[in-house]
Amino acid sequence: MTHAPVMRPPAQRELGAGVYNEKLGIWVFLGSEVMFFTALIGAYIILRFATPGAFAEPGKLLNVPVTAVNTFLLICSSVTMVKAFAAANMGNLKQMKLFLLATTVIGAAFVGVQVYEYTHLIHAGFLPSGIREGSELAELALAGELGLGRPDPAIAGIYGSTFYTMTGFHGFHVTCGVVCLAYATTKAFRGKYTQTDHRGIEVIGLYWHFVDLVWIILFTIVYLI
Amino acid sequence: MTTVAHPSEHTTHAGHELPFIRKYIFSTDHKIIGIQFLLMSLVFLFIGGLLAMLIRWQQAYPGSAIPGAAVLPETMAPGGILLPEFYNSLVTMHGTFMVFFAIMPLLVGVFGNFLIPLKIGAPDMAFPRLNMWSFWIAVPAGILMLAGFFVEGGHAAAGWTAYAPLSANPEFSGVYAGQKLWLLSIAILGLSSILGATNYITTVVNLRAPGMTWFRLPLSIWALFITAILVLLAIPILSGAAIMLFFDQTIGTHFFAPAGGGQPLLWQHLFWYFGHPEVYILILPAMGMVSDIIANGSRKPVFGYHSMVYAIIAIAFLGWVVWGHHMFQSGMNPTLGLGFMISTLLIAVPSAIKTFNWMGTMWQGNIRFHVPMLHAISFVAMFVIGGLSGVFMASTPVDIYIHDTYFIVAHIHYVLFGGSLFALFAAITFWYPKMFGRMMNPFWGKVHWLLTFVFFNLTFFPMHSLGVYGHMRRIYDPTQYEFLQPLMGLNKFITVSALLLFASQLIFILNFIGSWFRGAKAPDNPWEDNGLEWTVPSPPPHGNFARVPTVHHGPYEFSAPGVAEDYLPQSSATRIAVPPAEGRRVEP
Repeated sequence: MTHAPVMRPPAQRELGAGVYNEKLGIWVFLGSEVMFFTALIGAYIILRFATPGAFAEPGKLLNVPVTAVNTFLLICSSVTMVKAFAAANMGNLKQMKLFLLATTVIGAAFVGVQVYEYTHLIHAGFLPSGIREGSELAELALAGELGLGRPDPAIAGIYGSTFYTMTGFHGFHVTCGVVCLAYATTKAFRGKYTQTDHRGIEVIGLYWHFVDLVWIILFTIVYLI
Repeated sequence: MTTVAHPSEHTTHAGHELPFIRKYIFSTDHKIIGIQFLLMSLVFLFIGGLLAMLIRWQQAYPGSAIPGAAVLPETMAPGGILLPEFYNSLVTMHGTFMVFFAIMPLLVGVFGNFLIPLKIGAPDMAFPRLNMWSFWIAVPAGILMLAGFFVEGGHAAAGWTAYAPLSANPEFSGVYAGQKLWLLSIAILGLSSILGATNYITTVVNLRAPGMTWFRLPLSIWALFITAILVLLAIPILSGAAIMLFFDQTIGTHFFAPAGGGQPLLWQHLFWYFGHPEVYILILPAMGMVSDIIANGSRKPVFGYHSMVYAIIAIAFLGWVVWGHHMFQSGMNPTLGLGFMISTLLIAVPSAIKTFNWMGTMWQGNIRFHVPMLHAISFVAMFVIGGLSGVFMASTPVDIYIHDTYFIVAHIHYVLFGGSLFALFAAITFWYPKMFGRMMNPFWGKVHWLLTFVFFNLTFFPMHSLGVYGHMRRIYDPTQYEFLQPLMGLNKFITVSALLLFASQLIFILNFIGSWFRGAKAPDNPWEDNGLEWTVPSPPPHGNFARVPTVHHGPYEFSAPGVAEDYLPQSSATRIAVPPAEGRRVEP
C-alpha cells in the first residue's frame, strides 16, 4: 500500500478502526454483500449437486470466449481504478481523471457485453425458467448436444434459474458501480478531489474491486466448471 | 495506511432552526429517526396484537361470529366468522408483523438509533443521511406489507417462515399477489436493516468519545453493536432467499419448487440460516438494555461486566451454528441432528451466565422498584422460563413429540413477549423522559406492568399444556379432532386472558400519549443514572453534546466508595476514593 497522506487532523476520539468513517463503512457493507452472494452461490452449489443432469457441459450452451474477454475487461477496469487512486495519492489529478473515465467506460462496456449475451441466450431459447420448447437450444438438447443429464429441455430449469439470478445480480452490482463511477468522474472533472481528500475514489474503488472479485468466482463456477 | 479516524464533527445547531419537514419528517437527527421508528413500530405492534386477538377468538369459539368483525369484507370473515384462508393469513401476518415490523425495529431501529450516539458521546451517527434513508426505506416496506390484505387472493398465508413449496406455487395456497408483496416487502426491509447496521457498526467503532474505551461501553451498546453485526451478516441471506422465491413466483425460476427440479428444503436452510441469528437479534439488545436498567434499579455495578460482554459474543457466535434445530422434523441425517442439538444446548451456558449475573447484580442491592425495573425483573424471570422450554425443544427426542404444537407457541412467546417485549417496556419507560422531555405516569405504569405480567402468564403458560396434549400450532378449528375436545376449556381460558392482556395495553397507550402532552417535565437525570445521555438536557438538542464529553468511569459505578451520591456519571471527574475492588476498572 502506498503511504496516503493524513487526510484530516486527528480528532479527539477514542482510537477506532484507524480509518475514516466512509472507508470503514464500505468495508462493513461489503461484509453484508459477501453474505448476499453467499446465499446465491450457496443455493447454486446445492442445486447443482442435487440435480447434476440439469446443467449443460461447460462451453456447450454459454459462450465462454466472449465472457472470457468480458472478464478480462473487468479485471482491466480494476487496474485502471487502482491507477486512478494512485494518481490521486501522488497529486497527478489529470491522470486521475483519465483513469476514472477509463474505469467508467470499461465498466459500462462490461454491462453492455452482458446485455448482448442475455439477448442472444434468450433469443436462442435459454430462459430463467429453462429451455424454451421448440427453440434452437431445445433441439440441440434433444439431440444430446448440450451434455444435459437427460435429453429433456425441461430439466434445464435449474440451470436457467441459477445462471440468470447470479449473473443478473452481479450485473446489477456492476451497473450500480458504473453509476457511482460516473458520479465520481463528474466530480473529478469539476475539481472536487484533491491530493489530500479523495475519499470517494477510494471508497468506490473498494466496492469496484469487490464486484470484480465476485465476477472471477462466478466466471469460474458458472462458465468454466 | 496512516489515515486517521476523523468523525464528521458538526457543531451543535443551537439557535439554528431547521424547517419543520427537515426537523421532524426527513430528519437526519438520530434521536428523531429513533422516535419515528418508535411510532411506526408501535403501530405495527398494535396491529399484530389485534390479529392475535382474532386468532385467539377462533381457537376458543370456532365458527362463531366475532363481535364487531362484521365490518371485515366477505373475503375475510363473512358475517364475522373467520374463513380458514383468512385464518392462515392471520397466523402468517401476526408473526411477520411482530418479528419484522414490531420487535426488530423497536429494539434495533429505535434504541440502536436513539442510544448509540448518546451513550458513546457522539454528536450523531457516522452517516446521518444514510440513517434517514434507512427509515424511509422501511416505510414503503411497511406499506407494501399492509397492502397485502387488500389484494385479490388475500395476504400471504404460508406462515411467517414462508415454507416452500406452499409459498412457491400460488396454486397451492390460492394466494397470488399477497405472497409476492410479502417477499418484496421483506427484501426492501432487509436493505433498510443492512444500511442501519453499517451505520451502527461504523459509529460504535469510530465515534466513541475520548475515554470511552471498549470496556467502558454500557452493555446496551455492546449488545446493540454485536446485534448490528448479526443483522449485517444474517439479513442478506434472507434477502437473497426472498428474491429467489420472488423469482420462482414471477419469472418462473425453479429454486424451491420440486416440479422443476428445485429443493424445498433449500428454502428452510436459507431461511433458518438467517432465522436463528435473527432470534438473537431479537433478544440481545433486550438483554443489554435490561443490564443497564437492573444495575440502575439495584444501585450496584453489574455483576461480572466482562463475562456479560463475552456471553453476548458467545451467544452471537453460537447463533450461527444451530439453525438445523428448526428442521429436526424436516428430514435430516440423525448424526447431523445430534450436532445441532449439542450446539444448541451449548447456548444455555452463556445465557445462564447472563441470568445469574443479573441476579448477582440485584443481590443485596438497594433496589428501587421503579417501572423500568419492574419490567426488567420480569424480563429475567420470563426469559428463564422461555429459555428452559427451549432446552426441551433442542433435545431431538423430545422435539419429535412437541414439534409444531402449542408448546412451540408458548416458548416463542415466553422469549419474544416475556423476553423482548418486557425489556422493551422497561427500555421505553426508562428512556421516555430523554426522548420526549416528560415523565410517564408512574402509577399507571405500575398498573400496566402488573396487569401485563399477570395476564401474560395466564395466557401463555397454559399453552405448554396444550402443546403436550398435542394441540397443533396452526390449526384452524381444534374441535375437529376428538382428542382436542377436552382442551376447549383451557382454550377459552387462554382467550379470555389474552383479551384482558390486550386490553391492559390500552393503559400503556394512554400513558404514552398522555404523558407526551401532559407529563411532568423531566429533569436531565431522572433515574440518577451514569450514562452520558443523562448529562444533557431532556430531550437533547440536535448535535447532543455542547462539548465532546470526556469519559472517566465505567458505566456502572453505583454506590462507589467515597462518592457522595450513590451514582457516578461516566463523564464525572470525581475520583473514587478507595482502591478499587477486584474487577473494577478505575482510571484517573
